[in-house]
Amino acid sequence: MPAATPRVNDFTIKIGTVNGTGSASANTLLMKSLFRSGIPVMGKNYFPSNIQGLPTWYEIRVTRDGHVARSGSVDIMVAMNAETYARDVKEVAPGGYLVYDSTWPRPALLKREDITVFGVPLARLCNENFNGVRTRILMKNICYAGVLAALLDLDVARIRELLAETYAKKPQLVDSNMKAIQLGYDYTRANFACPLPMHVQKMDGTGGHIMIDGNTAAALGCLYAGATVAAWYPITPSTSLMDAFKMFGDRLRVDAQTGRKNFAFIQAEDELAAIGMVIGASWNGARAFTATSGPGISLMNEFLGLAYYAEIPAVVFDIQRVGPSTGMPTRTQQCDLMECAYASHGDTRHVCLYPANPEECFYMAVQAFDLAERLQTPVMVLSDLDIGMNDWMCPDLKWDDSYRPDRGKVLSKEEILKLEKFYRFIDKDGDGITARTLPGVHPKAAYFARGSGHSQYGAYTEDSAEYQQVLDRLLKKWATAKKLMPRAVIDATAGASCGIVSLGSCDGAIREALDVLRARDLGVDYMRVRAFPFGEDVEKFLAAHEVLFVVEQNRDAQLRALLTLETEVDKAKLRSLLHYSGLPISSSFIVEGVLAELQPRPEIEAQGAARG
Amino acid sequence: MTFIAKPKVAHPSLPKNPLGFTRRDYEGALSTLCAGCGHDSITAAIVEASWGLAIEPQNMVKLSGIGCSSKTTAYFVSGGHGFNSVHGRMPSIAMGANAANRALTYIGVSGDGDTLSIGLGQFCHAIRRNLNMLYIIENNGVYGLTKGQFSASADLGTKAKKGETNFQPPIDPVLLALTLGASFVARSFSGDKEQLVPLIQAGLKHQGFALIDVLSPCVTFNDHEGSTKSYAYTREHYEPAVHADFVPLQSEITVDYQAGETLPVVMHDGSRILLRKLDAAYDATNRSTAAAYIQERMKVGEHLTGLLYIEESQRDFHDINGTPDAPLNSLPFESLSPGSKALEKVLARYR
Repeated sequence: MPAATPRVNDFTIKIGTVNGTGSASANTLLMKSLFRSGIPVMGKNYFPSNIQGLPTWYEIRVTRDGHVARSGSVDIMVAMNAETYARDVKEVAPGGYLVYDSTWPRPALLKREDITVFGVPLARLCNENFNGVRTRILMKNICYAGVLAALLDLDVARIRELLAETYAKKPQLVDSNMKAIQLGYDYTRANFACPLPMHVQKMDGTGGHIMIDGNTAAALGCLYAGATVAAWYPITPSTSLMDAFKMFGDRLRVDAQTGRKNFAFIQAEDELAAIGMVIGASWNGARAFTATSGPGISLMNEFLGLAYYAEIPAVVFDIQRVGPSTGMPTRTQQCDLMECAYASHGDTRHVCLYPANPEECFYMAVQAFDLAERLQTPVMVLSDLDIGMNDWMCPDLKWDDSYRPDRGKVLSKEEILKLEKFYRFIDKDGDGITARTLPGVHPKAAYFARGSGHSQYGAYTEDSAEYQQVLDRLLKKWATAKKLMPRAVIDATAGASCGIVSLGSCDGAIREALDVLRARDLGVDYMRVRAFPFGEDVEKFLAAHEVLFVVEQNRDAQLRALLTLETEVDKAKLRSLLHYSGLPISSSFIVEGVLAELQPRPEIEAQGAARG
Repeated sequence: MTFIAKPKVAHPSLPKNPLGFTRRDYEGALSTLCAGCGHDSITAAIVEASWGLAIEPQNMVKLSGIGCSSKTTAYFVSGGHGFNSVHGRMPSIAMGANAANRALTYIGVSGDGDTLSIGLGQFCHAIRRNLNMLYIIENNGVYGLTKGQFSASADLGTKAKKGETNFQPPIDPVLLALTLGASFVARSFSGDKEQLVPLIQAGLKHQGFALIDVLSPCVTFNDHEGSTKSYAYTREHYEPAVHADFVPLQSEITVDYQAGETLPVVMHDGSRILLRKLDAAYDATNRSTAAAYIQERMKVGEHLTGLLYIEESQRDFHDINGTPDAPLNSLPFESLSPGSKALEKVLARYR
């Protein structure tokens, strides 16, 4: 047994259960009671593509320093699933703890000498105190929350307060849940030395923050941006974005007098139709969006090309999941970077935004509509399952009441009347963006939107020069887009020659890794790109560093590929750190990856030399 | 080339509709289809119908997919916006456009390839939503632009120009629409302007999805001996079941019908459609008997035409969604964005 040094508010708990047994409410309860006690937390849900029966895990990182990524190790394991006991036991870090249901003896669990094992007869306790199979299973999971409360010194009153809020309309559930909590709590206090050296202490680290998932935040952004048409086809992990939009719409977008809804919500027959509806609605002057994942983007390719060429705004959220093909639908990756950037046949390129957390999902949702309408082109917001479906602690979302949407160059009736004749694709301002008109305004402004070859007058053409003129003007628009994109976030120390380049949900892990690396006196700069096309700031950062680690969550180094294609960077400078297991990237993965390159052990160098 | 505009010479004696427009004002660019194409007759019928209804040209939205038929939206009502989208996907564009602005008149023109093969799914789902639009299928049983392949509406035993025989049963859009619950189903023939014009007018006025399947022979690839969609074959096997006359609101009824033969159907805006039965057995308000009768006549090789089914009481998309009467694209931003105070309340849930 290793010596017990106290570790307050800095450890990771992992809970292994069976899908569909109600563990989600126990885990949420634990997370929220920590958060309400002022302790920063991170929660990650590793769930199966299944409704009931497959293993599922939930990881809670108690992090007084406010880290938002996985640490990479597990200190306390609650092993509730017999099927995964073996691997769960193996995963506990030396000096850690294991809690299991001792209703059934598991001598094999005690084989590890370097961890402490607590057996709590959860099933027996619940069988003795509750009736009905379903209730007993559910309560067994609530019961482990009580065990953890005792071990970690969690405030039980806080838990009761949360239960009372959750079950405000069903008070009898508060009592039964509380009873289960108490059973676990009392048994643990009576049989083990509580609290553990690893425990929690109230602090003041969560003020001005919320716990929210990225899909909910993005949906709020769409609502606040004034989106009125939402069309979609269900696909994990994007569905909750649309569910949230509907929920908020039903509450905040209903006319008080008439009861009518100031939005259209359309469940499409497939993703092809969903993007078609978005394009039709945007063409007709509404702010419209869809949410999908990689397989949906594959299906939307044809229409995305049309919107690019016919110059129609569209906002698409891609909540990335593990590919290729169906892949692992409930695991996370950043594997659609190339797909989204160049979706569709022919010379097409699309504006992409890369939020790093739920907070940015909210603000970038608004930005996406402004950019789509300003640039008259599809804008894709590339979130991922980790951001979209996990609850993240982030600063309160703020809304500026003076915000007004940028509807771009849409001619009013008065402007149309002043024109001698309207031509859809004549570049009057020299920025590559041409004025459009909406149906129903004036017959003089009518034009024909089409995906076939067209001249700057908007007419069908098969004339090479006329075709090329439009295609070249689209490049000019692309150059304008570069200037309008959100800037990269750059963390530069003086004189570092080494930098990390990354995007999206890698951010939290990288920022934590930077702290570790800098504490070792390794000067490492960091640039998080937030949009495609890349701007001047990205070029400058790439040029200013000799070694660049490109950190991303896919196998094929897609961000690195985009950088080599779309910037002037010398490819040889870019070294990849690729994480594509389907779990969110951890800080330790990055620290180890950078150290392996910067401080190579002699044998690795020798091997490298032998390979040539 | 569709950019060649027709010269607009308005003869002072040309009749004007109540808006002061002549028929010329409802025309579009010059057709680039083959001379004698049935589709051009349908275009002419659309021009006539829109002029007759006195629709403001800018309030007409013309939508299409890909194919010969889909090109025709450029050939009528040049004052209305058009959207020539991608193959088979026009219904989704129409759905989105209609969701954004319910106040405009939507007319979609498609073909048998565009609707019954690549676009079959979207076609079916537009019907399920009772999307408020007129959907015309210019049905010639053949892929014209790719030079003569059978389409999904090609009849059993029909012969292609190159001599092959079709052995796959056709998909009939009319029967399909009836089984899907469509609220307005009609069939006509491109060569029958007298029947087609009032049908188009009724379809444009119908509150919901109006389908008109128009048999429209392809003079180049499907007008030969052995084809069941040639001009000769169609005329010979053409069987009007019911004659429809459209009576706009506040118009006098000039046609004198005998009592017992006509059934007036009142449209949402109060205008009426008068159905004159040519066959005593036919009832255009009974979905199941209509379908049975169409199939019965089909067995003996007859194309039953006219307004085959109508139901004015079905709820359209907006009614079901609960959207306001004002178009969504016209709502002021202030009524859409709940503001910072409301956001604070929302966030309380996430603490």
